[in-house]
Amino acid sequence: MGRPMQVSRYWRHFKEKYRLIGGKCKNCGHVHFPKRPVCPECGGKDIEDFQFSGKGKVVSWTIVRNPPSGYEYYKPYPIALVELEEGPVVLAQLTDVDPEEIDFGMEVEMVTRKVREFEEDGIILYGYKFRPPIK
Amino acid sequence: MRKPVIIGVGLTPVGEHWRLGLRDLAAEALLNAMEDAGVDKVDSLYVGNMASGSFIEQENLGALIADWAGLGNIPAVKVEAACASGGAAVQEGVKAVMTGLEDVVAVVGVEKMTDVWPSDATRYLAYAADAEWELFHGVSFVALNALIMRRYMKEYGYTEEDLALFAVNAHANGAKNPYAMFKKRIKVESVMKSPYVADPLKLFDASPIADGAAAVIITTEEKAKEFVDNAKMVEVAGMGRAIDTINLANREDLLILKAAKVAAERAYKMAGISVNDIDFFEVHDAFTIMAALSLESIGVAERGKGAMLAKEGQIAVDGNYPIQTLGGLKARGHPVGATGVYQTVEAVWQLRGEAPNQVANAEIGLTQNIGGTGSNITVNILRRV
Amino acid sequence: MRRLLKPIKDVGIVGYGAYVPMFRIKNEEIGRVWGVNGFPIQEKSVNNLDEDAITIGIEAARNALKRARINPREIRALWFGTESKPYAVKPSATVIAEAIGATPDLDAADFEFACKAGTEALQAAIGFVGSGMAKYAMAIGADTSQGRPGDHLEFTASAGGAAYIVGEKTSETLAYFEGSYSYVTDTPDFWRRQHEHYPRHGNRFTGEPAYFHQIVSAAKGLMEELDYSPSDFDYAVFHQPNVKFPLTVAKILGIPKEKVLPGLLSGIIGNTYSGATLVGISAVLDIAKPGDRILWVSFGSGAGSDAFSLIVQDAIEEKRELAPKTMDYVNRKKYLDYALYAKHRGKYIM
Repeated sequence: MGRPMQVSRYWRHFKEKYRLIGGKCKNCGHVHFPKRPVCPECGGKDIEDFQFSGKGKVVSWTIVRNPPSGYEYYKPYPIALVELEEGPVVLAQLTDVDPEEIDFGMEVEMVTRKVREFEEDGIILYGYKFRPPIK
Repeated sequence: MRKPVIIGVGLTPVGEHWRLGLRDLAAEALLNAMEDAGVDKVDSLYVGNMASGSFIEQENLGALIADWAGLGNIPAVKVEAACASGGAAVQEGVKAVMTGLEDVVAVVGVEKMTDVWPSDATRYLAYAADAEWELFHGVSFVALNALIMRRYMKEYGYTEEDLALFAVNAHANGAKNPYAMFKKRIKVESVMKSPYVADPLKLFDASPIADGAAAVIITTEEKAKEFVDNAKMVEVAGMGRAIDTINLANREDLLILKAAKVAAERAYKMAGISVNDIDFFEVHDAFTIMAALSLESIGVAERGKGAMLAKEGQIAVDGNYPIQTLGGLKARGHPVGATGVYQTVEAVWQLRGEAPNQVANAEIGLTQNIGGTGSNITVNILRRV
Repeated sequence: MRRLLKPIKDVGIVGYGAYVPMFRIKNEEIGRVWGVNGFPIQEKSVNNLDEDAITIGIEAARNALKRARINPREIRALWFGTESKPYAVKPSATVIAEAIGATPDLDAADFEFACKAGTEALQAAIGFVGSGMAKYAMAIGADTSQGRPGDHLEFTASAGGAAYIVGEKTSETLAYFEGSYSYVTDTPDFWRRQHEHYPRHGNRFTGEPAYFHQIVSAAKGLMEELDYSPSDFDYAVFHQPNVKFPLTVAKILGIPKEKVLPGLLSGIIGNTYSGATLVGISAVLDIAKPGDRILWVSFGSGAGSDAFSLIVQDAIEEKRELAPKTMDYVNRKKYLDYALYAKHRGKYIM
C-alpha cells in the first residue's frame, strides 16, 4: 500500500496520535489540537502538553469511497469532525460503526487503531479514531 | 504605484491531453498570450502550479517553461498556493509591474494531472490539506468538502438538489465555452444520479481532474499603449489574499471562508469599489458547496443564503449575480494550479466584450481562487480600461 | 521438591481489563463456504480492519488502568503475550506502553508460547513484583489468531484479549495470588514456522498428550502444592479452544460444570488464543464475590500450562465498575458474512 517515508516522520508524532495529546496555553489556559507553538487564542508561546479525555460529539461526517492511494483496502470508511468535550474539534476516522448509525451530535470516544500499513514490509501506523461508547 | 493592465491572454482547452506534457501545455498558452498582446519578449515569468513534483516528478517550473517557450535568460519562478496557485501567480506578476521592478510580465498557470493513477491524484490533491493531521487519517479533498457540505445543509436546511443547481448553472455556461472540458448541459437529476464520492458529495458536485494551461501578459497602462488598443486592456484594479487554518478542524467557523472574506475586503478597498459594483463573479466552485460558501464569504450573499441565489436563478449569466460565466471549475475543468489564470483569462474576455457567453455591459469582474479547504484564497478585481 | 511458584512478597491483581472486537462470524457461515456441518462452537469474534493484537492490547490495557487507578508511569514492566504479532521483529509491547503512557521507565517485551503467552507474561509479572523489583507490572494476552481457511481451526480462531496489572497485595488488590505452578514438556501439537501464514497442528494429537495432559497435570500439581481439592474452588477457567475441551477437563478433575461456565466464553467468541483464559478470568472477576477462590489454568501448544489460584478481595466490588465489563464487549456484536470476514482478515490481494 505505498512505500513508507522515513519512519522519523511518523515516529515524532506517535505519542500525540496514540493518546490524543494536544496543547494547553500556560498563559490563558486555552486548549487546542494538535499542539501548536503559538496559542491561537492569546498568542502565548508557552504551551504544555494536554491529554484529552477522548470523549466528543460528531459535528459532521462523510463516507470516503474514493480514498487517496494507500487507504484502498479500508474503503468505504467514515471520517468525521469530532468536537471534544474540552472544546477543540479533531478530524478522524470513525470505527466500529455503520454509516447509517452516524448522526449529528452522536457521542463518541477515542480508541487507538491501525490507521495505515505500508506494504508487507513497511511500518504500521497507529492513531486515534472514534467509536460509539461501549457503555 | 503603477497601474497594472492585462494586455494579452492565451490558453489551451481544458481536458485530458494525452499527447501533451506540462511543458507543451504551458508553452502553448504562454505563446498564445504573447501573440495576443503583441509582445515578443517578457521581463519575467511567474508560473502558477500546485503539484508538478507529485504529478510529473518535475519541479523548477520557472526554468523549464521559460526555457521551453524560448524566453531567454529571464527571472522565472513557480508560485504555489495549492489550488490558488494560479490566482497567486497573477498577483505576483501584478506586484512586479506595480512596483516598477519589471515592465512586461508573463504569468502562466499550468497543471498536468492525468499522467498518474486516479488514487494517486486523489492523494496529491490532498497534499493541500494538513498532511500530518488530515491526510494521515485517509481523508481526500472531496471528503473534506463533504464534511462542510453536510454541515451546511444541516445548518441552513438545504438539500443535495439545492446545491446541485450550482453544477447545473456551471454546465449551462460551459456548454458555450469552446475551451471547456464539459460542453454539455446537465439537469439536477443527472447530479443526483451520479455516484457518491464522499457522502453527501456526489461526482457531479465535484470539478474534474484535468490538464490545461492559461496565461496572461501584464504591463503598465503607459507601456500597454505600445502594444495594444484600449479595447484590449483590462486593469487589475484590486487584489487580496489571505490564509486560514490549514486544518479544517481548527476553524472557528466551518461555514465561513474567512480567508475569502479578508481577501475580498482588501481587494474591494484597493479597487475602491463595493461588491455591488461587480458585474460577474468567477468563484472557485471546485465543489458545489464551495460556490455557495464563496458567495457568502465575499459578500454577495448573506450567511446561509449562498445556495438561495442558485435556487432563485440569480447566478445565471443574465441574473443579478452571474457566476461561472464560462463553466467555472465544474464545467470548464479544474487543472488545479492553472485555474486561477483560467478565471483571469475568462474575466478578461468578459471585460473586453468578447466572451462566448457574454455578460451584458460587463465593467467589473471578480475572480476568487481557493487553495486547500479555504486555507489560502486570492480575490482579484478586474476592470475595463 | 517444592514445585509451587510463590514470590517473596504477596502479590495480586490491582486492575484488569478485557477487550473483544465487535464483529462475529457464525460457524454455520464458515461451514457454508467449505461444505462442513457439525461445529465446535456457535460463533467467533473477528477483528475490525483496523484492529490487530496491538490495538486489542491497548484497549484491554486502558481498561485495566481505569480499574487500577494508578499512574501508568508506575508500571515498570509491560509484557505482551501474543502469537499474532503484527511485526515478526519489533516489539508490540512498546506500542502499547507508549499508547497507555507508561513509557519510558519500564521494561517491555513480547512473549510467545502459543496460547499461553498471556499467562506466561503474568508469571513473569508476578515474579517481577513479588521479588520487590517493581511496584507494578502489566501482563497482557491478546491475539487475532490465524486459522488456515477451511481448516478446523478456522471455526474457532478468533480475536480478543485482556490485561492484568500486578501489584503488591494491599486493600487495593482486587484478587491476590495464593501461588502458581507451571508445567512444560516438549510436545509439538501445533506450530507455525517463520514466514508461514498459518499454523499446522497434529489434529487428534493436540488432545490427549497435549491439551489434556498439560492442563490436568498443571491443575493437579497446583492443588497438591496448595493442598486443595477441586471443591475448594468457586470458579475454574481452563484454556478454551472450543467448548468441549474445558468441560472435559472439569469432568476429569471433578469440578462441576457450573463453576466453569461463567468463564467459558469460547462458544460465543471463539478461541482468542493468548487471550483465552485471561478473557475468561476477566468475565469471572466481573461477577465474583470477595472471598471466592478461582482456579486458572492456561494451555499453550508446544506445550505447557500455567496454573494459578486466586482469592477475590473486597476491592473487586468497586473496581469492576470502573471500566466496561467483559460481557459488554461480548454482547456488542455485528455479524459478518464470509466475504466481509475475508476482508477483515486481510485475505484479498489488492
